[in-house]
Amino acid sequence: MSIEDKVVEIIVEQLDVTKEECVPEASFIDDLGADSLDIVELIMALEENFSIEINDDELRKIRTIQDSINFIKKKKGLLS
Amino acid sequence: MKRRVVITGLGTVNPLGNSVRDSWGALCAGRSGIGPITKFDAADFQTRIAGELKNFDPLQFVNKKEHRRYDDFIIYALAAAEMALADAGLSIGNETAERTGVIIGSGIGGLITIEREKEAILRGGPRKISPFTIPGILANMAAGHVSIRFGAKGPINCTVTACAAGTNAIGEAFWMIQRGYADAMIAGGVEAAVCPMCVAGFNAMRAISVRNDRPEAASRPFDRDRDGFVIGEGCGLLILEEQSHALKRGARIYAELAGFGLSSDAFHMAAPPPGHEGAARSMRLALQDAGMAPEEIDYINAHGTSTPLNDLYETQAIKAVFGPHSRNVMVSSTKSMTGHLLGGAGGLEAIVCVKAIHEGVVPPTINLDHPDAECDLDYVPHQSRKRDVRAALSNTFGFGGVNAVLLFIKFAG
Repeated sequence: MSIEDKVVEIIVEQLDVTKEECVPEASFIDDLGADSLDIVELIMALEENFSIEINDDELRKIRTIQDSINFIKKKKGLLS
Repeated sequence: MKRRVVITGLGTVNPLGNSVRDSWGALCAGRSGIGPITKFDAADFQTRIAGELKNFDPLQFVNKKEHRRYDDFIIYALAAAEMALADAGLSIGNETAERTGVIIGSGIGGLITIEREKEAILRGGPRKISPFTIPGILANMAAGHVSIRFGAKGPINCTVTACAAGTNAIGEAFWMIQRGYADAMIAGGVEAAVCPMCVAGFNAMRAISVRNDRPEAASRPFDRDRDGFVIGEGCGLLILEEQSHALKRGARIYAELAGFGLSSDAFHMAAPPPGHEGAARSMRLALQDAGMAPEEIDYINAHGTSTPLNDLYETQAIKAVFGPHSRNVMVSSTKSMTGHLLGGAGGLEAIVCVKAIHEGVVPPTINLDHPDAECDLDYVPHQSRKRDVRAALSNTFGFGGVNAVLLFIKFAG
């Protein structure tokens, strides 16, 4: 499964949203109805799944689905 | 003149049923809701039985996201509140929101969340704990979530008085309406503590039954062979309304809440004193609050936990208060069927009293095969009884020496 597909799968599960809502530019807060606690929990799930760590400064920069995908790719050395 | 308070809605999930209708049917039929523990592997525990909810579908009341995040005690309260409000036909609108409040007691709060998240820390370190841990633990979150879901913006509180918590909540809601702070209150108690820490903790105190081979016979209040209470889970909530508020909207009135008595033993953290003077005093205070004589009470829903001490001393306290009338008054412990819902008990048992008055049926004490020689009241053994109930007391006593008693009467207009 691609990173993109896996991220969407996790978001669908964590935020109880549909796959169709999970377009790359969707904002967690504005479009997917998440609050700050939801985002913390989501990031924890992403950390767990991709075996990465995301610190609080980095967390604050993740606003959209694409942000989170880019971030994971960067951590994995797949994106410069 | 005091503002009068009536009961217009009831909602419950408990080991006997996930509605008032099913629960009341089971209570009147004398069925037991006790069975083997399924919520965790209890193989190594001294006690392996409890009163668990059956076929409860949380997704009827919360979405998947909420289900994952909310502790069970919050979900049980949301379920009972939804049913109670629907039963009352009460919708909370802009004009009434600030005059409608919520008080839901819980003995412990989110104990299952505490256990799970502590394990997460031990397994993965402090960063592995869920951000929903603290809001899942706090005992006042049942009231908090009910207020959020239904838009009740009036007084809010959570009573945390162990096994009396639900009764304290209803008593305080009664005061709120009497004193004019609110016109309607959602009140009662909840508990979801069928979990390793709770079972092991009560086992360590030698407080709960170990009759694992016969779960349905384990809760046997006032019986000579009783060996402790049985942990139950669930929620009981009532809609309390100021009388004219209820009459104006044409609500069905189940009963009137006429008195509340509250006292402390100042004796021991867990045990009642011989004779249980504090319990007797709280019954007298409830009678006094309602301006009634002991002879006017037809039914007492006893605390009746099935522990050796409680049942004996509660019997003594009833005799002290009721004198010769203690021979006539019907006393039953519905914990014989539901188990002990801890903080939820006062909520569920208030519903039992209200239904007994409204339906004219007194549910029994089951498993009373050999009454304790010193427990010699009319405990309505084995079978429910059709009787006119004009007034009923609900007794609940909690660790820390709390004695809380509600007095309900038939609504006469």
